[in-house]
Formats: sequence, structure tokens, C-alpha cells
Amino acid sequence: MSKLKQAPEVNAGSMADIAFLLLIFFLVTASIETDVGLNRILPRESTDPYVEIKARNLLEIGINAKNQLMVEGDILPLEELRTKVVSFIDNGGLQTDDKDFCGYCKGERLAHLSEHPDQAIISITTSRESDYAYYVSVQNEIIGAYNLLRNRESSRLYGIAYETLVQNYGEDIGPTEKMAIKGKIEGIRTMFPQKIIEPEVIHQ
Amino acid sequence: MSPIKRNNPTRLPAISTASLPDIVFILLFFFMTVTTIKNQNLLVENQLPMANEVDKLDRTDRIIEIFVGPVPSNSNEVDNVPIKIQIEDRLVAINEVDYYSLKALGAMPEHLQRSAMVSIKADNKVKMGVITDLKKELQKVNLLKINYTTVEGNVFKNMELK
Repeated sequence: MSKLKQAPEVNAGSMADIAFLLLIFFLVTASIETDVGLNRILPRESTDPYVEIKARNLLEIGINAKNQLMVEGDILPLEELRTKVVSFIDNGGLQTDDKDFCGYCKGERLAHLSEHPDQAIISITTSRESDYAYYVSVQNEIIGAYNLLRNRESSRLYGIAYETLVQNYGEDIGPTEKMAIKGKIEGIRTMFPQKIIEPEVIHQ
Repeated sequence: MSPIKRNNPTRLPAISTASLPDIVFILLFFFMTVTTIKNQNLLVENQLPMANEVDKLDRTDRIIEIFVGPVPSNSNEVDNVPIKIQIEDRLVAINEVDYYSLKALGAMPEHLQRSAMVSIKADNKVKMGVITDLKKELQKVNLLKINYTTVEGNVFKNMELK
């Protein structure tokens, strides 16, 4: 034979159909699962629930059955909660000569708000009839306030946002780098520790 | 005479569809990688609330999932408790949560048990009473790390969704 005969072209039209069937099968059986959420740590079951806290160091947040938010005795819209919490934590109300004086706080140093971020405690009370979705919103705003402050200090000290630090920690990096980032994260966390308590539920 | 000689100048050549399967396969692989196959049968409604200050829940090997939500109306459960709790593949009563969550913890490899975390996947319609009871049960068995699992979104829209 002088010339090679070309192989006939295979019709690939049905291949697409097969792939589509597979695709549709996956679309039906699989789901994009959400894997994000708000992390919290519950307190240990304690036999001694009484702790003395100065009134100024406690921010009381209440949610009633009608999903209204009460902060320190006043009804507050959810939109304003974050700024309220930030000003409470970041207040740093002690005198400059006090040994616990908060040097990095940028608050207004008011007499009725917290003395130091380490002392600041946020208490959330909910009614049994409040909506879970609203509670999540409130939690989100409080965590948002902490993140805002942590980001601020982290940018000031390390020139990198706290959230980026946490993100970098989760990535595949060398052990020495990991230790360095861990130290930074822990440093920021001790500056603004999250102290959120949830006392007994009010029965309405 | 032109060098390219068509044997039939009046008929257009057929358009090759050979690359179509490739495109579909790319789509298929994309879906296979971003999704997970449902490993649990949801027995309760599960429309999660939204939040934006979220942490990622990676490492699914150390997570105990607890679903909370109303039973769908087409279900044959006859009970007057409107909100149900689902752990693994069964609906449990609130006082059984400690037992079943410990059971789920026991099924985990031992070195992961210490860092175990409970992911609470509660529906938008759930009231706080159930969540408080659930947290008390978890406290009892010392499962203290919890995560209120949400979808990413604007929190101020949470109340409009209901």
C-alpha cells in the first residue's frame, strides 16, 4: 500500500451525553455543605456559680421573647451593638498610674465602662422564646467587635490583620513559622480575651 | 488552482463536538471536588442562620454534628414536640443527647477525642429554649467546644428570612 488510509473519525457526540448524566447524578446526590460557624467554648459545669464582678466590668445583654435587644437597661437596635461592645471592651477605664492600666486601649476611659479588656465580661441572657437566629446575630456582632479590636492591635504590632494570622496558621507551613504565628495569635488573644458568659435563662 | 482542494464544495464540514465531553467532564470534576455526598439523612428541616464573623470548620474527622429543627410536615413522626434533635441517623429526646453524643465521641479515634467539637446545626425557626437545654446536656458530658454552624451572609437579614 502506498498511502495509509486515515482511520474513520469516532463520533463523540454520545460521550457528552454520558458525561452530562454523570454530572446530573452528582448534582442530585451531592450537596455543598457549609463548614463555617461561630466557635464558642462552654464553661465547665460548676458547683460554685458565684463570682464577684464589678458592675462596671459587666456588660449585660438581654434578648427577650419578642427578639428585642436590651443592653444595660436600654433597648438597642442590633445595628448599634457592635460599636457599643467595642467601646465597652476598649474602654480601659483605669488611671494611668494603676498597674493594670491598659496602654493599648483607645477607648474613652469612661468611669462606668470596663477597667481593662481582661476584666471586661459580656453576659448574654436569653428568654426561652427568643429566636435562635437572633441569638446567632447577637453572638456574631460580639465576635465581630472582638475581631475588630484584635485586628487593630495585630495590625499595629505585626502589620498584619489578626484574621490573616489565624488563616495563615491553618495553612501548611514549617513548624518554626507555625510557632511564631502561634505566639502572635496568643499574644493578641491575651490582650483581648473573649469573656462571654450565659447565666441562667429567664423563664417568661 | 488552489492548493486546498475540496472534494465537495457545496457541503459544509460537520462541526466537531469532540471537545464537548471535555467541557462537561471539567464541570463534573468541579462539582465532585467542591461538594460532599450527603452521608446523613436529614430528618429535620435545616435552614441555617447567617453570620459573617465566622471561623472555618475544617478537619471534619473530629466533629460531632447535632441537627436541631422542626420535623418536616410530611414525616410520619407522631409526637407533640415541635422541635427535634438529630444525632447521627436518629431523632433523640433532649435527655438522650448526653448518651448519643458520648457514643459519637467514642466512635472517634482516641487521639482526636480531646479536640472533638460539636457542630450545632440548628434551623432558623428554633427557639433558644431547646438550644439552652442542649448546651446544658453537652456541658454534662464535658463536650465544651461548640460551633454554631451558619452560612455566610448578612446577620441583619436573619430575622427577615423566617
